[in-house]
Amino acid sequence: MSDKLSIIVVEADRERALLIVDSLRDAGDFDVTVISEVTGLSRRISELNPDVVLVDVTSPSRDMLEELTLASGPMDRPVALFVDRDEGGLTRAAIEAGVSAYVVDGLRRDRIKPIMDAAIARFHMFSQMRAELAATRQALEERKIIDRAKGLLMKAKGLDEDAAYALLRKTAMDQGVKLADVAQSLVTAAGLLS
Amino acid sequence: MSAPLVAGFIPLVDAAPLVIAREIGFAEEEGLALELRPAASWATLRDMVSLGQVEAAHMLAPVPVAMALGLGGGGARLDVLQVLSVNGNAIGVSTALADIMREAGHPFDFADPVAAGQALLAAKPEGLRIGVPFPFSGHAELLYHWLGALGAAVPQALSVHTVPPPLMAQALAAGEVEAFCVGAPWGTLAVESGAGELLLPGTAIRRFSPEKVLAARHDWAEAEPELAGRLMRAIWRANRWLGQGQNLTTASEILARKPYLDTPAELIERALSGKLIVTQKGEMRTVPRYVTFFEGAATFPWRSTGALIADRIAARTGLDRPAARAEGARVFRSDLYRQHLARTTADMPGASERIEGALTEDTPVASPSGRLTLPADSFFDGFIFDPSGEE
Repeated sequence: MSDKLSIIVVEADRERALLIVDSLRDAGDFDVTVISEVTGLSRRISELNPDVVLVDVTSPSRDMLEELTLASGPMDRPVALFVDRDEGGLTRAAIEAGVSAYVVDGLRRDRIKPIMDAAIARFHMFSQMRAELAATRQALEERKIIDRAKGLLMKAKGLDEDAAYALLRKTAMDQGVKLADVAQSLVTAAGLLS
Repeated sequence: MSAPLVAGFIPLVDAAPLVIAREIGFAEEEGLALELRPAASWATLRDMVSLGQVEAAHMLAPVPVAMALGLGGGGARLDVLQVLSVNGNAIGVSTALADIMREAGHPFDFADPVAAGQALLAAKPEGLRIGVPFPFSGHAELLYHWLGALGAAVPQALSVHTVPPPLMAQALAAGEVEAFCVGAPWGTLAVESGAGELLLPGTAIRRFSPEKVLAARHDWAEAEPELAGRLMRAIWRANRWLGQGQNLTTASEILARKPYLDTPAELIERALSGKLIVTQKGEMRTVPRYVTFFEGAATFPWRSTGALIADRIAARTGLDRPAARAEGARVFRSDLYRQHLARTTADMPGASERIEGALTEDTPVASPSGRLTLPADSFFDGFIFDPSGEE
């Protein structure tokens, strides 16, 4: 067996996979393979017989790796979930970042750490991006609702746009709720009354 | 000020007790600000609860037992606080295998487990590949019991693979598996995608089979009895609410929403009321007690259920069976259930262990109110399990 650790990254999204591979290459000299197709996942991983498998915790295919931890035949290489021998909170940090690792049994911790550090940093970035995207979508959605509520007020009360916005904002402040919630109520009520 | 508590779930219809506890206000009544966090896989959810990211979780009944036996996951020990749902699974086969079985004369009556199992084993004598959602699951337990009782050498003659239910239709179409056991609505969806047909409801193998449980870290349940009690009562009330047929439409509407299943309410309601599409011609069958939330002390965490699951897993994996039975029984916390639900009207069975599989019909049993009836829970082959170890 060569001394280089072999890593499999399970990732369907090509761009993300490339980013993970780059991070791992920066962290050390590893053999990195990407599997993007989940059909027959555990069989293909067994064939490749890696030292470490990295998988996104938001992917349902993680359960397919679970049976690798149970392989117990004499010819099987035991694969353990990283959580098994972790004292330093590395597993917790990994799960929080959104990645979980399956590591071949008996692999030394100092050999795994750089891999995990790189993966954790990268997945942190992914979850940040995901959160930002969600926030942007939400903001866009709220703006649309506020625009519709403004339009309703302008039509119903003959206000101009600034006055309609000021009225919405004042109502929100008086009731101690979010502007978008006032707008949503107005739009819903108008829908019911129309 | 409500106490915050975070629970994890997998977006499935049997997560309903958690969702209803939050949305109908049972958690709030108990002074809990219950936050629900979805997970994409059982392994991730197990790690979330055992590493303390969430306090409690919707879980496959065998997972905490397997962990107690040192199988799968290495985090903190999990306890079963109560049962969330009973039954709800169905077994199906690929379209190709269905054709072979039909040609050999199997009527696809969706009823007879002996005929269906024999037809299935005969159609694939060289070894069947079966997909289940998780290695330790009620689905896997049903399959092993069923085909083992019909003479298949278990587990070596069966090749049981983990396939997440949303990917099951794809795995069938690709020939990765030829048969499967999944919960609703995934069986129906596999049929509608053209990849397979349903063969049997899980209830044809065992009539009353605990499916999902409320799991929490053992240390948390011991250290936070007040919070654990509030959560258990809120969820028990949600289970009782779900047990009333007239609430199923509302429940379906709530579950259908985006943070939960994000699936059409009609599909969820069909699943909750046990209506399954079994063939590609759209034939529908109604399965009594398909997903059961409350009837017959459904939520009670019988120690004998833990012992039975542990005994079966130990038998398959070569562990010491008496030791495993004792471990499994310890995981199911009927003691905490009695303690924390004492202030409710929950009817408690007199005993915390029973002979599993012994009831061939609904049977009244001793309870404080004297009105508790336990539903028939027999296995199709008459198997019974005495937790004291007598066989």
